[in-house]
Amino acid sequence: MAQSAETIHGSKSKSGAAWWVEPYLTVLALGLFGVYSLWLVFFQHTGQFQNYLSPFFSPTEDWGIKVLPALWVLWAPLLFRATCYYYRKEIYRGFFHDPMACGVPESRRKFYFGETRFPFIWTNLHRWFWYIALVVLVFLWIDAVKAFIFPVAGGGSTFGVGLGSLIMLVNVSLLTMYSLSCHAFRHLVGGGSQKFSCADGSPTTRYKLWNTVSRWNEKHGLFAWVSMFSVWFTDVYIRLLIYGVIHPVRFF
Amino acid sequence: MAEEITLSVFRGDRSGGREQEYKIPAVPGMVVLDALHYIQAHQAPDLAVRWNCKAAHCGSCSAEINGSAKLLCKTRVDDYTDEVIHVRPMHTFPVIKDLVTDVSWNYEKLRQIPAFQPAIKAPFTLHQRDVDRIQEFRKCIECFLCQNICHVLRDHSAKDAYWGPRMMIRMAELQMHPLDTADRIDLLKGSAGIGYCNITKCCTVVCPQGINITDNGIIPLKERVADKYFDPLGGLVRKMHK
Ligand code: SF4
Ligand code: SF4
Ligand code: FES
Ligand code: FES
Repeated sequence: MAQSAETIHGSKSKSGAAWWVEPYLTVLALGLFGVYSLWLVFFQHTGQFQNYLSPFFSPTEDWGIKVLPALWVLWAPLLFRATCYYYRKEIYRGFFHDPMACGVPESRRKFYFGETRFPFIWTNLHRWFWYIALVVLVFLWIDAVKAFIFPVAGGGSTFGVGLGSLIMLVNVSLLTMYSLSCHAFRHLVGGGSQKFSCADGSPTTRYKLWNTVSRWNEKHGLFAWVSMFSVWFTDVYIRLLIYGVIHPVRFF
Repeated sequence: MAEEITLSVFRGDRSGGREQEYKIPAVPGMVVLDALHYIQAHQAPDLAVRWNCKAAHCGSCSAEINGSAKLLCKTRVDDYTDEVIHVRPMHTFPVIKDLVTDVSWNYEKLRQIPAFQPAIKAPFTLHQRDVDRIQEFRKCIECFLCQNICHVLRDHSAKDAYWGPRMMIRMAELQMHPLDTADRIDLLKGSAGIGYCNITKCCTVVCPQGINITDNGIIPLKERVADKYFDPLGGLVRKMHK
């Protein structure tokens, strides 16, 4: 680094770390997640262990389309996250150094078109990927419910709670909060309207919805990270079960 | 003996210049503007610095202190212990003299924004709830620190393509007004260049008024642009709704 941390804006983050720590951590986390996803796509063919299903492989229905099982699912959440306003900030800072941190000079490229041209103009389609992500979310909720219904020897099934059931429930809850705190959703439910009061002065329904989503939206970045790690962790847990490295824990 | 602080202040004009060191006695509660006034009074009477209120309200004293875009009157000297305080003019605007920059470009752009066009004649009564959102933007003191730090203007010199975060929240303030009838969406997508903003949020970080420029202003405007230009289905639904 040419400049010392002290002479650069954003030199000290809240934690007191140097300005370049955050962009490099972003690259590391997203990079590892990307590599892990690719490994799943090309080298893993199932995410099922008994009644647990990895979020990377849900839904399992292929509707006659023959593709790699993880790829069938993965493109949707991937495009959803890649066009997310929060991840865009992190990606532009971490991967494109546009800018790496506030006030840090950008010297590498002459041209900058922002989100006005291909490829980043596509980020304007974020709301469409949000709709698709919602469909995926419905499947994940069904999977989470199934994770509480265990097969019994000799046929039939019973309600039960295992470590995997809890992990899957937490994961789908975090994904739900990530989706419902989305900026496009905030706009959709009420942000786009100009008036928030009815003729009699009472708040409109759209106002109430917008207000609630706005509160969640303040934590959108947090939900983005924790839900990414929970998806990752859920798959790792189920994969370790599939490989027999660990044994399933059943509470009752 | 009173504690001594060292400031390294940019001296120069449009043709160039360099930082010059000054040593002054520290006074408890001193802000950087006080320190510069001390230098003016005792060591360099020709030091140029623009200020008015010394209360973080007029937006005149914007500068860069140790690389951060800040108000000189709101930044305490004791935030920088055991280090030299480097004071430089805003990087994005042409220097007139020392710490004073020419920010007239911003006023030109402000004039190009279509004014408030109310649906009914004033005076009118509004519900607080309807104006809460735009009141956040009205806190702006036009210090232009956000314009200074925005990498589109700062590093890419794209002043001809993007009007910057201050203009975005001015347009948000008008566009979200419950009685406004003007349409600024084409302008936003066109010559105001909202697409150049890549929502990396430095404007929000530096705003001394704590305005959520990106989350509450620019992103909602980007969504409005998307309504019109990137969402034929949504447009159709809205038409039927009307
Ligand atoms: S968020 Fe947009 S307007 Fe604000 S500094 Fe970044 S690029 Fe500029
Ligand atoms: S939005 Fe904030 S940083 Fe920008 S000009 Fe207004 S007060 Fe200054
Ligand atoms: S803005 Fe992050 S998911 Fe929509
Ligand atoms: S002197 Fe008015 S804002 Fe600093």
